[in-house]
Amino acid sequence: MNVHEYAFIVVATIGSIAALAVVTARNVVHAALYLVVTLASVGVTFLLVGAEFVGWVQILIYVGAIVILFLFGLMLTKAPIGRDALDYQNRAVGAIVGIVFALGLGSLILRAWPIGSTPAPPTIGGGSAALGSALFSTYVLPFEAVSFLLLAALIGAIVLARRDEGT
Amino acid sequence: MIRLPLLLLFSAFLFSTGIYGVLARRNAVMVLMAIELLLNAVNVNLIAFAGELQDVTGQVFALFVIAVAAAEVGIGLAIVILLFRNRASINVDEVDLLKW
Repeated sequence: MNVHEYAFIVVATIGSIAALAVVTARNVVHAALYLVVTLASVGVTFLLVGAEFVGWVQILIYVGAIVILFLFGLMLTKAPIGRDALDYQNRAVGAIVGIVFALGLGSLILRAWPIGSTPAPPTIGGGSAALGSALFSTYVLPFEAVSFLLLAALIGAIVLARRDEGT
Repeated sequence: MIRLPLLLLFSAFLFSTGIYGVLARRNAVMVLMAIELLLNAVNVNLIAFAGELQDVTGQVFALFVIAVAAAEVGIGLAIVILLFRNRASINVDEVDLLKW
Protein backbone atom coordinates (compact mmCIF):
# COMPACT_ATOMS: atom_id res chain seq x y z
CA MET A 1 0.00 0.00 0.00
CA ASN A 2 1.31 3.43 -0.88
CA VAL A 3 -0.06 6.91 -0.37
CA HIS A 4 -1.81 6.89 -3.75
CA GLU A 5 -3.73 3.77 -2.83
CA TYR A 6 -4.82 5.16 0.52
CA ALA A 7 -5.98 8.35 -1.19
CA PHE A 8 -7.79 6.29 -3.83
CA ILE A 9 -9.58 4.19 -1.19
CA VAL A 10 -10.84 7.32 0.58
CA VAL A 11 -11.99 8.91 -2.70
CA ALA A 12 -13.59 5.69 -3.97
CA THR A 13 -15.46 5.18 -0.69
CA ILE A 14 -16.88 8.70 -0.86
CA GLY A 15 -17.80 8.20 -4.51
CA SER A 16 -19.48 4.85 -3.86
CA ILE A 17 -21.57 6.20 -0.98
CA ALA A 18 -22.60 9.15 -3.15
CA ALA A 19 -23.49 6.76 -6.01
CA LEU A 20 -25.78 4.83 -3.66
CA ALA A 21 -27.32 8.14 -2.61
CA VAL A 22 -27.94 9.04 -6.29
CA VAL A 23 -30.11 5.97 -6.84
CA THR A 24 -31.92 6.12 -3.48
CA ALA A 25 -32.43 9.86 -2.92
CA ARG A 26 -35.99 11.08 -2.28
CA ASN A 27 -35.39 14.49 -3.85
CA VAL A 28 -34.28 14.80 -7.46
CA VAL A 29 -32.14 17.89 -6.86
CA HIS A 30 -30.33 16.12 -4.02
CA ALA A 31 -29.70 13.20 -6.39
CA ALA A 32 -28.14 15.58 -8.93
CA LEU A 33 -25.87 17.03 -6.23
CA TYR A 34 -24.81 13.54 -5.09
CA LEU A 35 -24.07 12.82 -8.74
CA VAL A 36 -21.61 15.74 -8.65
CA VAL A 37 -19.75 14.06 -5.77
CA THR A 38 -19.59 10.72 -7.61
CA LEU A 39 -18.38 12.27 -10.88
CA ALA A 40 -15.79 14.37 -9.08
CA SER A 41 -14.47 11.33 -7.24
CA VAL A 42 -14.13 9.50 -10.55
CA GLY A 43 -12.21 12.52 -11.89
CA VAL A 44 -9.90 12.52 -8.86
CA THR A 45 -9.35 8.80 -9.45
CA PHE A 46 -8.19 9.57 -12.99
CA LEU A 47 -5.79 12.19 -11.62
CA LEU A 48 -4.42 9.69 -9.08
CA VAL A 49 -3.83 7.07 -11.76
CA GLY A 50 -1.91 9.67 -13.77
CA ALA A 51 -4.38 10.40 -16.58
CA GLU A 52 -4.28 14.15 -16.02
CA PHE A 53 -6.01 15.33 -19.17
CA VAL A 54 -8.89 12.84 -18.93
CA GLY A 55 -9.28 13.69 -15.25
CA TRP A 56 -9.67 17.40 -15.89
CA VAL A 57 -11.94 16.77 -18.87
CA GLN A 58 -14.08 14.58 -16.61
CA ILE A 59 -14.38 17.34 -14.02
CA LEU A 60 -14.98 20.12 -16.58
CA ILE A 61 -17.44 18.29 -18.83
CA TYR A 62 -19.32 16.21 -16.28
CA VAL A 63 -19.38 18.43 -13.21
CA GLY A 64 -19.39 21.65 -15.20
CA ALA A 65 -21.70 20.89 -18.10
CA ILE A 66 -23.66 17.65 -17.79
CA VAL A 67 -24.84 18.18 -14.20
CA ILE A 68 -25.97 21.70 -15.15
CA LEU A 69 -27.94 20.14 -18.00
CA PHE A 70 -29.52 17.74 -15.50
CA LEU A 71 -30.44 20.60 -13.19
CA PHE A 72 -32.04 22.45 -16.12
CA GLY A 73 -33.95 19.30 -17.00
CA LEU A 74 -35.16 18.96 -13.41
CA MET A 75 -36.26 22.58 -13.27
CA LEU A 76 -38.19 22.36 -16.55
CA THR A 77 -39.99 19.17 -15.54
CA LYS A 78 -41.95 19.20 -12.33
CA ALA A 79 -40.75 16.18 -10.34
CA PRO A 80 -42.54 14.81 -7.29
CA ILE A 81 -40.78 14.32 -3.96
CA GLY A 82 -40.53 10.92 -2.30
CA ARG A 83 -39.27 7.47 -3.18
CA ASP A 84 -42.72 6.05 -3.85
CA ALA A 85 -43.22 8.60 -6.61
CA LEU A 86 -39.69 8.33 -8.02
CA ASP A 87 -39.27 4.54 -7.91
CA TYR A 88 -41.19 1.53 -9.14
CA GLN A 89 -42.97 -0.27 -6.36
CA ASN A 90 -41.18 -3.54 -7.13
CA ARG A 91 -37.69 -2.09 -6.84
CA ALA A 92 -36.60 -5.20 -4.89
CA VAL A 93 -36.14 -6.92 -8.26
CA GLY A 94 -33.75 -4.15 -9.31
CA ALA A 95 -31.91 -4.48 -6.01
CA ILE A 96 -31.50 -8.23 -6.54
CA VAL A 97 -30.14 -7.69 -10.06
CA GLY A 98 -27.74 -5.02 -8.80
CA ILE A 99 -26.47 -7.17 -5.92
CA VAL A 100 -26.00 -10.17 -8.23
CA PHE A 101 -24.05 -7.96 -10.64
CA ALA A 102 -21.87 -6.59 -7.83
CA LEU A 103 -21.11 -10.00 -6.34
CA GLY A 104 -20.49 -11.61 -9.72
CA LEU A 105 -18.19 -8.89 -11.02
CA GLY A 106 -16.41 -8.59 -7.66
CA SER A 107 -15.67 -12.30 -7.36
CA LEU A 108 -14.57 -12.43 -11.02
CA ILE A 109 -12.17 -9.51 -10.55
CA LEU A 110 -10.72 -10.84 -7.31
CA ARG A 111 -10.24 -14.29 -8.84
CA ALA A 112 -8.45 -12.88 -11.89
CA TRP A 113 -6.32 -10.32 -10.00
CA PRO A 114 -5.93 -11.20 -6.30
CA ILE A 115 -5.26 -7.96 -4.41
CA GLY A 116 -2.36 -9.42 -2.41
CA SER A 117 -0.35 -10.77 -5.32
CA THR A 118 -0.96 -8.16 -8.04
CA PRO A 119 1.96 -5.76 -8.54
CA ALA A 120 1.23 -2.06 -8.77
CA PRO A 121 1.59 -0.67 -12.30
CA PRO A 122 3.71 2.44 -12.87
CA THR A 123 2.14 5.85 -13.45
CA ILE A 124 0.70 6.46 -16.90
CA GLY A 125 3.61 7.88 -18.85
CA GLY A 126 3.74 10.55 -21.49
CA GLY A 127 1.01 12.72 -20.00
CA SER A 128 -1.08 14.92 -22.25
CA ALA A 129 1.51 15.08 -25.03
CA ALA A 130 1.25 11.37 -25.86
CA LEU A 131 -2.54 11.54 -25.59
CA GLY A 132 -2.73 14.51 -27.95
CA SER A 133 -0.46 13.02 -30.59
CA ALA A 134 -2.37 9.71 -30.48
CA LEU A 135 -5.70 11.54 -30.71
CA PHE A 136 -4.69 13.57 -33.75
CA SER A 137 -2.71 10.93 -35.65
CA THR A 138 -3.95 7.39 -35.07
CA TYR A 139 -7.47 8.29 -33.96
CA VAL A 140 -8.14 11.36 -36.07
CA LEU A 141 -10.99 9.72 -38.01
CA PRO A 142 -12.93 8.66 -34.87
CA PHE A 143 -12.24 12.14 -33.49
CA GLU A 144 -13.88 13.75 -36.51
CA ALA A 145 -16.77 11.29 -36.27
CA VAL A 146 -17.30 12.30 -32.63
CA SER A 147 -17.29 15.99 -33.56
CA PHE A 148 -19.90 15.28 -36.23
CA LEU A 149 -21.94 13.33 -33.66
CA LEU A 150 -21.84 16.29 -31.28
CA LEU A 151 -23.03 18.61 -34.06
CA ALA A 152 -25.88 16.23 -34.93
CA ALA A 153 -26.85 15.96 -31.26
CA LEU A 154 -26.82 19.75 -30.92
CA ILE A 155 -29.11 20.25 -33.90
CA GLY A 156 -31.30 17.33 -32.84
CA ALA A 157 -31.76 18.70 -29.32
CA ILE A 158 -32.71 22.13 -30.67
CA VAL A 159 -35.20 20.64 -33.14
CA LEU A 160 -36.75 18.39 -30.48
CA ALA A 161 -37.08 20.93 -27.68
CA ARG A 162 -38.24 23.86 -29.81
CA ARG A 163 -41.91 24.76 -29.64
CA ASP A 164 -43.68 24.30 -32.95
CA GLU A 165 -45.07 27.61 -34.13
CA GLY A 166 -48.12 27.18 -36.32
CA THR A 167 -46.82 24.28 -38.39
CA MET B 1 0.59 3.37 -8.31
CA ILE B 2 -2.91 2.01 -7.76
CA ARG B 3 -3.29 -1.73 -8.23
CA LEU B 4 -5.70 -2.88 -10.92
CA PRO B 5 -8.25 -4.84 -8.79
CA LEU B 6 -8.94 -1.83 -6.55
CA LEU B 7 -9.88 0.30 -9.57
CA LEU B 8 -11.89 -2.54 -11.10
CA LEU B 9 -13.83 -3.08 -7.86
CA PHE B 10 -14.73 0.62 -7.72
CA SER B 11 -15.87 0.41 -11.33
CA ALA B 12 -17.91 -2.76 -10.67
CA PHE B 13 -19.63 -1.08 -7.72
CA LEU B 14 -20.51 1.99 -9.80
CA PHE B 15 -21.85 -0.28 -12.57
CA SER B 16 -24.03 -2.30 -10.19
CA THR B 17 -25.40 0.87 -8.62
CA GLY B 18 -26.20 2.22 -12.07
CA ILE B 19 -27.98 -1.02 -13.04
CA TYR B 20 -30.12 -0.75 -9.92
CA GLY B 21 -30.88 2.89 -10.71
CA VAL B 22 -31.92 2.15 -14.29
CA LEU B 23 -34.21 -0.69 -13.16
CA ALA B 24 -35.72 0.90 -10.04
CA ARG B 25 -36.31 4.53 -11.00
CA ARG B 26 -39.41 5.61 -12.89
CA ASN B 27 -38.53 9.29 -13.28
CA ALA B 28 -36.85 9.66 -16.68
CA VAL B 29 -34.24 12.18 -15.49
CA MET B 30 -33.22 9.81 -12.69
CA VAL B 31 -32.83 7.00 -15.24
CA LEU B 32 -30.51 9.25 -17.27
CA MET B 33 -28.45 9.94 -14.12
CA ALA B 34 -28.10 6.20 -13.52
CA ILE B 35 -26.94 5.79 -17.13
CA GLU B 36 -24.23 8.37 -16.38
CA LEU B 37 -23.08 6.14 -13.51
CA LEU B 38 -22.82 3.19 -15.94
CA LEU B 39 -20.76 5.23 -18.43
CA ASN B 40 -18.45 6.41 -15.64
CA ALA B 41 -17.85 2.81 -14.57
CA VAL B 42 -16.76 2.03 -18.13
CA ASN B 43 -14.44 5.06 -18.10
CA VAL B 44 -12.79 3.92 -14.86
CA ASN B 45 -12.14 0.54 -16.47
CA LEU B 46 -10.64 2.12 -19.59
CA ILE B 47 -8.30 4.32 -17.55
CA ALA B 48 -7.34 1.42 -15.25
CA PHE B 49 -6.27 -0.72 -18.19
CA ALA B 50 -4.54 2.23 -19.87
CA GLY B 51 -2.34 2.39 -16.75
CA GLU B 52 -1.90 -1.36 -16.52
CA LEU B 53 -0.89 -1.79 -20.18
CA GLN B 54 0.96 1.56 -20.46
CA ASP B 55 -1.06 2.30 -23.57
CA VAL B 56 -2.63 5.65 -24.44
CA THR B 57 -5.53 4.05 -26.34
CA GLY B 58 -7.61 3.63 -23.18
CA GLN B 59 -7.40 7.35 -22.45
CA VAL B 60 -8.43 8.22 -26.03
CA PHE B 61 -11.49 6.01 -25.79
CA ALA B 62 -12.37 7.42 -22.36
CA LEU B 63 -12.46 10.86 -24.01
CA PHE B 64 -14.75 9.49 -26.75
CA VAL B 65 -17.06 7.98 -24.13
CA ILE B 66 -17.26 11.35 -22.36
CA ALA B 67 -18.14 13.10 -25.63
CA VAL B 68 -20.83 10.53 -26.50
CA ALA B 69 -22.23 10.81 -22.96
CA ALA B 70 -22.54 14.58 -23.39
CA ALA B 71 -24.44 14.10 -26.66
CA GLU B 72 -26.65 11.44 -25.05
CA VAL B 73 -27.59 13.70 -22.15
CA GLY B 74 -28.43 16.58 -24.51
CA ILE B 75 -30.74 14.47 -26.66
CA GLY B 76 -32.15 12.60 -23.67
CA LEU B 77 -33.12 15.74 -21.81
CA ALA B 78 -34.64 17.22 -24.98
CA ILE B 79 -36.82 14.11 -25.30
CA VAL B 80 -37.73 14.31 -21.60
CA ILE B 81 -38.78 17.96 -21.93
CA LEU B 82 -40.85 17.11 -25.01
CA LEU B 83 -42.46 14.26 -23.08
CA PHE B 84 -43.26 16.55 -20.17
CA ARG B 85 -44.80 19.09 -22.53
CA ASN B 86 -47.07 16.50 -24.13
CA ARG B 87 -47.94 14.34 -21.12
CA ALA B 88 -47.30 16.54 -18.03
CA SER B 89 -45.44 13.57 -16.55
CA ILE B 90 -42.01 12.02 -17.11
CA ASN B 91 -42.61 8.64 -15.54
CA VAL B 92 -41.20 6.09 -17.95
CA ASP B 93 -43.86 3.50 -17.11
CA GLU B 94 -46.64 5.78 -18.31
CA VAL B 95 -45.14 6.07 -21.79
CA ASP B 96 -46.54 2.85 -23.25
CA LEU B 97 -48.01 3.97 -26.56
CA LEU B 98 -45.85 1.49 -28.49
CA LYS B 99 -46.41 -1.33 -26.03
CA TRP B 100 -48.25 -4.26 -27.53
